[in-house]
Amino acid sequence: MQLIEFREEGLFVPQADVYIDPWKPVNKAFITHGHSDHSRSGNKSYVCTHSALPVIKHRLGSHINAKGIEYGEEMSVNGVKFSFYPAGHIIGSAQIRVEYKGEVWVASGDYKTTPDGVSEDFEPIICNTFITESTFGMPVFKWKPQSVVMDEINDWWRSNKEQGRVSVLAAYSLGKAQRIINNVDHSIGKIFTHGAVENVNEVIRRQGVHLHETIRVVQGQKQSMYTGGLVIAPPSAVDSVWSNKFKDFSSGIASGWMAVRGTRRRRSADRGFILSDHADWDELVGTVKATEAERIYVTHGYTDVFSKYLSSIGYYSAVVNTEYTSDELNTVAEDVEEANGIK
Amino acid sequence: MKRFAQLFKLLDYTTKSTAIINALVEYFSSTEDKDKVWAIALFSQKRPKRIVTTALLKEWSADLSELPLWLFEESYQMVGDINETISLIVPKPTKKSDNSLSYWIDVILALKDKEKIVIKDTVLDAWTSQDQDERFLFNKLITGGFKVGISQKSIINALSKVSGIEQSKVTHRLMGKWDPTNITYEELVLMADPTEDLSKPYPFCLVNALDIDCDQLGSPSNWSAERKWDGIRGQLILRSGEYYLWSHGEELVNDKFPELEQLKNKIETDIVIDGEILPFREGKPLNFITLQTRIRRKNVTKKHLLDTPIIIVAFDLLEYGGEDIREKPLIERKILLQEVVKEIDSDRLLLSEEIPFETWEELANERERSREFYSEGIILKHLYSPYKAGLIKGDWRKWQIDPLTINAVMIYAQRGNGRNTKLYTEFTFAVKDGERLMPFTKASYGLKEEELKEINEWVKKNTLERFGPVRSVNPELVFELAFEGIAKSARHKSGVTLRLPRIKQWRKDKPKSEINSLEDLNVLLNEFG
Repeated sequence: MQLIEFREEGLFVPQADVYIDPWKPVNKAFITHGHSDHSRSGNKSYVCTHSALPVIKHRLGSHINAKGIEYGEEMSVNGVKFSFYPAGHIIGSAQIRVEYKGEVWVASGDYKTTPDGVSEDFEPIICNTFITESTFGMPVFKWKPQSVVMDEINDWWRSNKEQGRVSVLAAYSLGKAQRIINNVDHSIGKIFTHGAVENVNEVIRRQGVHLHETIRVVQGQKQSMYTGGLVIAPPSAVDSVWSNKFKDFSSGIASGWMAVRGTRRRRSADRGFILSDHADWDELVGTVKATEAERIYVTHGYTDVFSKYLSSIGYYSAVVNTEYTSDELNTVAEDVEEANGIK
Repeated sequence: MKRFAQLFKLLDYTTKSTAIINALVEYFSSTEDKDKVWAIALFSQKRPKRIVTTALLKEWSADLSELPLWLFEESYQMVGDINETISLIVPKPTKKSDNSLSYWIDVILALKDKEKIVIKDTVLDAWTSQDQDERFLFNKLITGGFKVGISQKSIINALSKVSGIEQSKVTHRLMGKWDPTNITYEELVLMADPTEDLSKPYPFCLVNALDIDCDQLGSPSNWSAERKWDGIRGQLILRSGEYYLWSHGEELVNDKFPELEQLKNKIETDIVIDGEILPFREGKPLNFITLQTRIRRKNVTKKHLLDTPIIIVAFDLLEYGGEDIREKPLIERKILLQEVVKEIDSDRLLLSEEIPFETWEELANERERSREFYSEGIILKHLYSPYKAGLIKGDWRKWQIDPLTINAVMIYAQRGNGRNTKLYTEFTFAVKDGERLMPFTKASYGLKEEELKEINEWVKKNTLERFGPVRSVNPELVFELAFEGIAKSARHKSGVTLRLPRIKQWRKDKPKSEINSLEDLNVLLNEFG
């Protein structure tokens, strides 16, 4: 029996009857982080880190039966020891370490190894088997340091401001938005947010995390109010009529996909900033090595390529089909519905 | 090169012309002069010759990044551009530097005729200090493949804004033969008459389509009418015993048409002729498509000279005796032109004949006969007009014949380029060939925006198969296609190729059963090919 099995409901720990990030409803779900492809509704109980809990409750409803756990805290279920370690992906994101009779598996969820100033810093965990994502598992993806990308965003914002324009930047509402809000140069001007972003901000502020001041974009404001400002919105909103209210604006997209010219050109934004909450190629390979694991399962992204590469450098590696998505540009429709609807 | 890379990126993203001009203005007003000259050169297709093949760069980059070749291939499949792939997979730079565009071009130029090992060392070293955007451009430059989709007009507009020199002057200065390795920005753009440049052409006067009734042009006696030929617009310069031929794309094309070289000693005085380069044999023009096959070749061979002999049909004189006569009325220029053509007396240089007409009706009848002369219609010019630069409405008008048309069914749809990448705008059409369908042309222009949207929705619902950016669709939608000419082609399965095909209208009224057939195309080929 494998310590973790790959079932049609999700990653399953049979000895403990626990699922990790299941995509079908189960009894016990351990959740790596609050993005909707990893944290789904309908489970009877949830366990996640304390700092991931508020967002998960916000998204799935406060009625869910969810319990928080400290990073590094051990929790035993029928002899299986579970512990959560920072994944550096978004606030509260975790890799889940599973140990039974001396054998250790780690399910990474989504991760990024470089600090971003908002998420808890990633730590590699020594294990026998590592289950990794590979959203950007192609050697063409190599990120620049965050400070360099922030400078690019600042320059763009500043120059738009000088020309009396609004800067509208598309970024995932949970994670990247907060990362940008806290790391841009606040002396340039005010930061405005789309409802989907601001709803998440409110939750995160309530849990005691400091976020720089933001102003929610609401109907009926004077256009002049936004001039020179930076507006953070989910990609689908930037592409929609929602952004028409800014009239004279320059559009930008912050995403790892912007590293490739073809994608950049297909998205009709004025600027693309290469900024991702996922590990780039070097981070993926480096992490696999740092875990000292001998077996590597690859769950989503460029799985075939990454797994084949790992095999070629001597690992036992296989692809696991999951329902996690790796398209950070197009998975945010639900946030917008949420922002435009009830909230 | 970081600044240039930034500019390139911006030009690459945006399709808004004001954003393009602004970016160019910003670049030209803050960059060192040497870089400005190279930027202008690169935007004007004056790029360094290839030093190394992309295949070698690929090998070196895979080595350097310690990646297996299959992984390189996978990456290339995903990225779609080999130089970009190379720039992305080599390890991040280890040195910090910001060398200028001209610095890197000098590095590239210095590698000419060097041994492979020297080139390899230089390239690998360059990569260690360039960021990804710089590497991408460096790779494009060193493999001779630099291209940017930006019009000469934008460059001129921006330079004019930066320098305060009027656009027509900048156009003139940039048009001539200049070499970015030995000219300064001052000489190229700022100085009034930098060097004695015998080759420098005049900006072409362009022709507007006739969009009003002839009656509104006033009295026919004020107008000259000539046949419109389907060739390449050319400016023939004979000065001080030298010969230069410029195409309308601002290219010096002497080497493409060596047979016109013989004209250079036939006249004493300096002259500049505006005319049309035509493939021509036994007193009549040949199909334009034959000329296309010739100009696309890098080297013109004896076979080309025999298969596609060319002439130039002269219709205007811009310089006479070294004097710029463009301000003189056309009627005077034409008299001088006649004398010049007579003096040169060569069967390579013909005078564009005037069509005599008293009334607009007579001219309309002449227009109807255009195909008999293998001409595409009529050009009207005001007899008392000066020769102006660019597209000036009014004095020169083209009155084209109606295009040939055929009804066909759409079988493939493909996403467009530039601003149209989100929409399916390029379509492939087929005619009947017995029971089968025979694809014969692509066309992308001519649909209204609403129609395009409707067709896009339809395409999404009626896709049969996908091949990358192309979808095959149910053969149901019928279109009337218009085109200017038809020729035999061994390269196309249908055996024909069309000139300037476009969509005339969407025939919602026609069922698929009423489209034309391959035989119909062949009838057109026999008649007009």
